[in-house]
Amino acid sequence: MQLLTPEGERVHHPDFDIDITAEQLRGLYRDMVLVRRFDREGNALQRQGQLGIWVPLLGQEAAQIGAGRALTDRDMAFPSYREHGVAWCRGVKPTDLLGIFRGTDHGTWDPYEHRFQLYVIVIGNQVLNATGYAMGQRFEGKVGDQDGEATMVFFGDGATSQGDVHEGCVWAAVYDAPVVFFCQNNQWAISEPTERQSRLPLYQRARGYGFPGIRVDGNDVLATLAVSRWALDQCRTGNGPVLIEAFTYRMDAHTTSDDPTRYRLADELEAWKLKDPIERVRVHLVKQQWADQAFFDEVQAESDELAAGFREFCVNMPDPPPGRIFSEVYADEHPVLAAQRDEFLDYLHGFADASTGAQGGEH
Amino acid sequence: MVAPAMDRTVKTASATQKLTMAKGLNMGLRAAMEADPKVLVMGEDVGKLGGVYRITDGLQKDFGEQRVLDTPLAESGIVGTAVGLAIRGFRPVCEIQFDGFVFPAFDQIVSQLAKLHFRSQGRVKMPVVIRIPFGGGIGAVEHHSESPESYFAHTAGLRVVSCSNPLDAYWMIQQAIECDDPVIFFEPKRRYHERAQEVDLSVPPQPLFSSRVLRQGSSATLVCYGPMVRTCLDAATAAAEDGIDLEVIDLRTLSPLDLDPVFASVRKTGRLIAVSEAPRESSLTAEIATRVQQECFYSLEAPVLRVTGFDTPYPPSKLEDDFLPDLDRVLHAVDRSLAW
Ligand SMILES: Cc1ncc(C[n+]2csc(CCOP(=O)(O)OP(=O)(O)O)c2C)c(N)n1
Ligand SMILES: [Mg+2]
Repeated sequence: MQLLTPEGERVHHPDFDIDITAEQLRGLYRDMVLVRRFDREGNALQRQGQLGIWVPLLGQEAAQIGAGRALTDRDMAFPSYREHGVAWCRGVKPTDLLGIFRGTDHGTWDPYEHRFQLYVIVIGNQVLNATGYAMGQRFEGKVGDQDGEATMVFFGDGATSQGDVHEGCVWAAVYDAPVVFFCQNNQWAISEPTERQSRLPLYQRARGYGFPGIRVDGNDVLATLAVSRWALDQCRTGNGPVLIEAFTYRMDAHTTSDDPTRYRLADELEAWKLKDPIERVRVHLVKQQWADQAFFDEVQAESDELAAGFREFCVNMPDPPPGRIFSEVYADEHPVLAAQRDEFLDYLHGFADASTGAQGGEH
Repeated sequence: MVAPAMDRTVKTASATQKLTMAKGLNMGLRAAMEADPKVLVMGEDVGKLGGVYRITDGLQKDFGEQRVLDTPLAESGIVGTAVGLAIRGFRPVCEIQFDGFVFPAFDQIVSQLAKLHFRSQGRVKMPVVIRIPFGGGIGAVEHHSESPESYFAHTAGLRVVSCSNPLDAYWMIQQAIECDDPVIFFEPKRRYHERAQEVDLSVPPQPLFSSRVLRQGSSATLVCYGPMVRTCLDAATAAAEDGIDLEVIDLRTLSPLDLDPVFASVRKTGRLIAVSEAPRESSLTAEIATRVQQECFYSLEAPVLRVTGFDTPYPPSKLEDDFLPDLDRVLHAVDRSLAW
């Protein structure tokens, strides 16, 4: 499914067409440029030792912005760890992502306020959690018409092999859960190509579960937006679940720790460069005369400003205070942990004033 | 008949080499695969990439895709199919990419791998090795720094070991592959690429399920394993400058525990400090303390002390130095023991 070709030609599809204004398309363009810009800054910050690791989304901007902009305020999103573009659409500040990669926290945004859950690193776990959440939406009667709620869960091509993803599909089917399974097939799970996970195109798996599966050009923001909107509407009106396979490409390394030259050819990358998600929108905006140079300059300036702020925030992030590891492990005070915390703080105190002869540190 | 690992000592001039732990494991895996065509390596990214830590580097190139499998991304699948391959007579070596990702496989490990020999009255052998890079200190994101060894040591039917140096890595992986029981093989990932050590491959290895006194001492005993061995040896060196003479024991085997050398040591020093990165409650250090007070009650001059991780989730990496036992915390415990 495609609505905008890599050459920036608008094409039409009988089932999934979309009406888009100049302003809306400029908005999608801006989203993608800004997200790409801070993503690149994340890489640079890691190289400069400011982050322990960065997980780049380069190449997946259209998939994420299309899906992210299809979500309404009522919907809930469950990300994996690469969904910086979806986070952006949910109003999570890019700087709120930094702590995870700098090692100060596991995510600082409020998952309820933003209706965007925390990042999940264990491959596939969030798919079952999203399904359970969607079951809850249905059990509470929030499904049935255009005002209904839906859930969208993000995972990769590699994740489709995990039991949790299979079970999520089974549960969602059995309980008519209003959940959109949004698989970004970026062709790689670290060093393993999609053929290591499946014989069939991934979207075809939906058939076995008894719900629709659609492959969309994940580098086409219009197509991703249209299909995601349709899928979410199916869910909110009580016709879920739906599987979307966004066919895209991981243009960068798996993470900043990875060296993709060990397992994939530069040719492949070059071929995908021609399908760049941002460039085709730029070409279309120009062709339609929907944007002038001033607009592009403005977005460029805005993105540089965003990146500068991102960097500034990162390098000034304070280390968390000692003792922080003991907070919020449990909802209620836990006596063993409280004792360990006190013992640890006493121990640290002993260093500050060696003459007091601290007790504790081990038992 | 496959030649036993014991007999694979190197008899040529190249017996003395400089090895990192990563290289030792890689060479050990290679030796085991050469010795026995039934040995398979399987896991995520272990083939073409050679593993995210390059422990299996070059093996797929030399042994082919049928002996070094880049599996689909599912740990339950990796271990569950390894169980089936073992039923068929293979000796699979599974790599779990990081400690925190073993849990999808926990069911297969506990329900099938650990119990099949017992259930089949010994008819079905389970010579499966599960390699797990474990422990913290590498500045990683969540789930990449955990020490889950107690879960496995608590499970009947599993054997659990941890190497702490390049030479042990080379031999222990081969001995584990040779073992007819399932072995959970914990590799201290932060030590993988530490300074290479000179090793002599012509000396036969000691038995796998045995601990070892690494440093003789008289003041107090440190017992440790995996990543904490280096920490304890460093602590002993530092303590020596203050005239404190620490004995250091590397457990090597976590199940079965080989505590006789620990008992002998405690009878000599009267003091024991058990050191581990794992959380404290219901852990291996708890087991060690119990057994030592039972066996050495009259020799103890101080209670057995523990230096461990805390009973919290592993923290974000900027806080991991608070969580992990380090030289200072070990020495602090030594002081407390001596002052008792
Ligand atoms: C349960 C589990 N096993 C292994 C890993 C290590 N790991 C992290 S990302 C990854 C590949 C994921 O590929 P895919 O699902 O395609 O997502 P992508 O990274 O391409 O976005 C692996 C194996 C993990 N995080 N969780
Ligand atoms: Mg992928």
